Amino acid sequence: MKLSKTFDKALWVFHMNSGSCNACDIEIVAAITPRYDAERFGIKLVGSPRHADVLLFTGPVTKKMKDRILRVYEQTPDPKVVMIIGNCGSTTGVYYDSYAIEGPIDSLLPDDAHVLYVNGCPVRPENIINGVKEAWLYLEKIRGDDK
Amino acid sequence: MSKDATYEVPIGPIHPALKEPFMVKFKLDGETIVDADPHPGMNHRGIEFMGMHRNPLKVIPLAERICGICSIVHQHMYTTAVEHAAGIEPTNRARYIRTIMCELERIHSHVLWAGVAAHEIGFDTHLHFTWKIREKVMDLLEEISGNRVNYSMWTVGGVRRDIPKKMYRRDFSPKMYPKIQNTLEYYEKLYGKLEDIFLGDPSIRLRTKNIGILTEKEALELCGVGPTVRASGVKKDVRIDQPYAAYGDLELDYVIPSRYGYENTGDVFSKTLVRLKEILQSIDLIRQCVQKMPDEDIDSEPKKAALLNKLKKADGEGIGRIEAPRGEALHYVRLKEGHEELDNWKVRASTYNNLATYAPMFLGEQIADIPIIAACIDPCIGCMDRAEIVDINTGEQTSYDHEELHEMSVRKTREILGDKL
Repeated sequence: MKLSKTFDKALWVFHMNSGSCNACDIEIVAAITPRYDAERFGIKLVGSPRHADVLLFTGPVTKKMKDRILRVYEQTPDPKVVMIIGNCGSTTGVYYDSYAIEGPIDSLLPDDAHVLYVNGCPVRPENIINGVKEAWLYLEKIRGDDK
Repeated sequence: MSKDATYEVPIGPIHPALKEPFMVKFKLDGETIVDADPHPGMNHRGIEFMGMHRNPLKVIPLAERICGICSIVHQHMYTTAVEHAAGIEPTNRARYIRTIMCELERIHSHVLWAGVAAHEIGFDTHLHFTWKIREKVMDLLEEISGNRVNYSMWTVGGVRRDIPKKMYRRDFSPKMYPKIQNTLEYYEKLYGKLEDIFLGDPSIRLRTKNIGILTEKEALELCGVGPTVRASGVKKDVRIDQPYAAYGDLELDYVIPSRYGYENTGDVFSKTLVRLKEILQSIDLIRQCVQKMPDEDIDSEPKKAALLNKLKKADGEGIGRIEAPRGEALHYVRLKEGHEELDNWKVRASTYNNLATYAPMFLGEQIADIPIIAACIDPCIGCMDRAEIVDINTGEQTSYDHEELHEMSVRKTREILGDKL
């Protein structure tokens, strides 16, 4: 996968809730408001997956949201990175033994998806910003491999 | 209005910024909404089922993860229901600490809501302002509990963490609980500004007055709860009707608009008013708690192994009722003798009741008002990401995403401002 040069300068993120408890979601919004202000690094929350470079997925993926997660993933243009926010997205967390959970998210995504895990229950805003930094480093590495 | 002119607009289930997956289908006649039909279920995680396979103490972290914004509410209701079923009494100090935490959460929830409402009608400056001042109460909650959200404070029989009298070691002020007092003063100082913005600003008034009206009769018929129906003048507040925790010892009154010289119209403006006044009420309640809080143990059952044994032997059913920031909510728990797990667990959150009030509020309003009306019940689930308009005659589909809907809302504000300028 070839990355354009501008890709890793200002990452635009799209947030999708796949059935989480709202805690990570309000922390994501808290991360873009004045106390943490992720927008000063060029990180912007966008309203459409078609505009996004990074997908923020929260939640353990409920049955009804499974197809929608994949649709949003497919709608996002390549190259893209998926950041899984919160423990329940990475491992299904406290919801591990439910009948209504299809997750964790990475088990549903294609094998070649670039996935990063940001853990915490809920994730702190500092950790989310740190996660996006990790995404930058990750993308730089991918570009290094291509050269 | 001919039948052919009706459009159906499903909105949801993904919201890019805030809410949980949820869908509402609107029927439109031109720009006017003629029917609203909520479709929940995208966020069904089977929590009650999971709870019935774990022991009562292991369910506490699960109960608080029902919702991240009202995690205290669910912890509180679940633990009081188990206490009720097993006949365990929490200590008095624990009751006061629980009350303080509930009220702190109410402040954070209402400030958060004010920001969302401002965002929905196109005032992003106010969104950032309210979320900035919200961080102060988040700091205090973190100081007390150790986490910004999902506090894990509650346990059966009391709370797990005490509030130390000198919360800041470096603070030598003679005040009791200086960090709490400082936070309350901070909000009192800023309250005037909040009220200026949300009640005084003429353009916000134009977007919220006479929009999304819920009459008192409809509010009673549809069993709405919380600020949503108090704005219509319905006197309904569990804290007064059936006091729990330490509310029986405290002085409080129903927050309805007529108490402050406004009409009980039940529109978005009155709902904003009720929520803002409740911030003041919460400040007052926390002050009363800090003064009256007794010195005692915080947990009546400190030995958890013995407590689990006791719960295993317990037989009975219990109810936890609470006035959450969004309105009354309820947990039902049944324990069976000899069973380690819960025998039955039922959760009813306030948004479930309030969803029914969407129908009369949406009827006759414009598409551009959908975001603010959807936000005005403070839904715990509620999404505005993608709307599809299906023309019934041709089957042709056009899509609105959240941004377009949001833009329509913002445009309406601009038009209103333009008329005035």
